[in-house]
Amino acid sequence: MTVNSGAAPTGREGGDNLLAVEDLHVYYGNIAAVKGVSLHVKQGEIVTLIGSNGAGKSTTLRTISGLLRPKKGTLTYDGQNLATMRGDKIVGAGICHSPEGRRIFPRMTVEENLDLGAFLRNDKAEIAADKERVLELFPRLRERITQKAGTMSGGEQQMLAVARALMGQPKLLLLDEPSMGLAPVLVDLIFDTIKTIRDQGTTVLLVEQNALAALRVADYAYVLESGALKLTGPARELAKNDEVVSAYLGG
Amino acid sequence: MSQTAIEAAEARPSLAVGALLERGTGYLLLLAVAAFAVWHLVATPAAFFTTLVVGINQGALYALIALGYTLVYGIIELINFSHGDLFMLASVLSGFLMVSAFGATAATTGAFLALIATLVLAMIFGAALNTTAERVAYRRLRRAPKLAPLITAVGLSFVYQWGGIKSNGSGQRNWDTILGSSGFTVLNVKVPWSMIVVTAVTVPLLLGLNWVIQKTRQGKAMRATAQDQDAARLMGIDVDRTISLTFALGGAMAGAAGLLYLQTFGTTRYDAGFQLGLIAFTAAVLGGIGNLNGAVLGGVLIGLVQALNDRFGLGVAYSQTVVFTILILLMVFKPEGILGKPTTEKV
Ligand SMILES: Nc1ncnc2c1ncn2[C@@H]1O[C@H](COP(=O)(O)OP(=O)(O)OP(=O)(O)O)[C@@H](O)[C@H]1O
Ligand SMILES: [Mg+2]
Repeated sequence: MTVNSGAAPTGREGGDNLLAVEDLHVYYGNIAAVKGVSLHVKQGEIVTLIGSNGAGKSTTLRTISGLLRPKKGTLTYDGQNLATMRGDKIVGAGICHSPEGRRIFPRMTVEENLDLGAFLRNDKAEIAADKERVLELFPRLRERITQKAGTMSGGEQQMLAVARALMGQPKLLLLDEPSMGLAPVLVDLIFDTIKTIRDQGTTVLLVEQNALAALRVADYAYVLESGALKLTGPARELAKNDEVVSAYLGG
Repeated sequence: MSQTAIEAAEARPSLAVGALLERGTGYLLLLAVAAFAVWHLVATPAAFFTTLVVGINQGALYALIALGYTLVYGIIELINFSHGDLFMLASVLSGFLMVSAFGATAATTGAFLALIATLVLAMIFGAALNTTAERVAYRRLRRAPKLAPLITAVGLSFVYQWGGIKSNGSGQRNWDTILGSSGFTVLNVKVPWSMIVVTAVTVPLLLGLNWVIQKTRQGKAMRATAQDQDAARLMGIDVDRTISLTFALGGAMAGAAGLLYLQTFGTTRYDAGFQLGLIAFTAAVLGGIGNLNGAVLGGVLIGLVQALNDRFGLGVAYSQTVVFTILILLMVFKPEGILGKPTTEKV
């Protein structure tokens, strides 16, 4: 597999995708934010979606999790049509989204935030085990478990946003700029954590500004520009691509 | 020389003095009110406590209505102007149920059973009407500019008042109550039975509401939705249903207030909700809009202040003036309300 230009077929269109987005168009009022994006995420992969500001990355994620509805195109997840599925059913089906800008519940404690991540679950014992697991991943959160989330530092809130999404027992984890605002050591920690999460069996769709780090952990990458695909290909290949290097990797 | 104008202003000590003066004035005013109350407490204790009882009775009604304003504001930042009129309709319904349907006009066992049945029905009525309004009108305006739902609420207020005129008449209508103005006296303090009933209904309702919001799954969903709707959606919370439930709870409280109001005063009018609604809204703002405990505190405080004013102060004619003067002062000195946080504190 090599790097493809624009919306050319990637050879990933086949049947075994956990998530298949085909020819997605999303509008804000009359303004098109996503114009014909297709992307495919296979079980067990880390797929990254990179691109400059305003390219439509967050819009794509928000459409997958049901916050926005597509004007055109299909979203198929595990054989189900996400475009017409209720938001709570989408979460119930195992798609958990750590949104851009963290969006934690500021006037609730860290623990209450984590519990809300498990809102749709009833398996008390397993919820407790998962809480233990995410606190293991982010020991900082354990220290702050009774603190009001809004009073934590930006980086701590970011960890909480990821941890909260993990509490939903995701099959597909959508991460929107999880490294934003983090100190360099914590950026490394977040990317290591993403790998750990994948190794524990969760498929990840990662949106990142930090393209270099994203391409390093990802298996496959989609580069978005002005709402459309610019380049697609295996992350390793894209990291070496001249266009990508000059535009996103500061080469 | 490189200091900007803002930095210079911040550096001026007179600003701190100004803030101190402001706060000082606030505390002085509070102190004056407290001194006024204490003076009457010492001079005429029986009259003072009798007045407190009246104030608590009235305050409980304000609190119940104020909760509806604060719940809805807390979750969708809408000032539901029709809420007072919903309360009025519930008072009219309570009259028909108690008097016309159950014939409960004297203090008998049957009448108390009727009271309980009417309470349940009035609460269901309030909940149903409020959720219907949300479903039919406010929901489709959720993404519209803030003025659209506000105007809709004003419009609904007129619709409800029209309903009040059609059912209750265009003037004051008296309804028999089971307790009338009877009461008992302890240590020279007059306690009307209605106050006991109002308290006996209001306190469990408030505790129940608090439990629902703090402890239940739905309550958690309400608090999450109030803080961030999209984030709540991402947790798998059904936001539409959660907002419906919030309207239902607020409507139920107004329904209960309708019955209690009628049993306390034995009369209602199509515009009763305008007056009471305005004061209850004031109570919600006074306590910190969006804050449940604040609404209850604000309601009871206004009830007490009104009662004290009516008995010892400037008299009934100035009741509203006193209440709104206090509100204006509070808004100047502490705009977020008594229990409100400087950042918008919600449910
Ligand atoms: N709520 C909105 N209303 C109108 N336009 C919007 C809205 N949200 C996003 N847009 C527009 O849609 C386009 C895509 O936005 P989006 O947030 O998806 O970009 P992004 O790729 O996530 O960018 P960033 O890297 O800056 O987060 C942008 O041009 C943006 O201005
Ligand atoms: Mg974005």
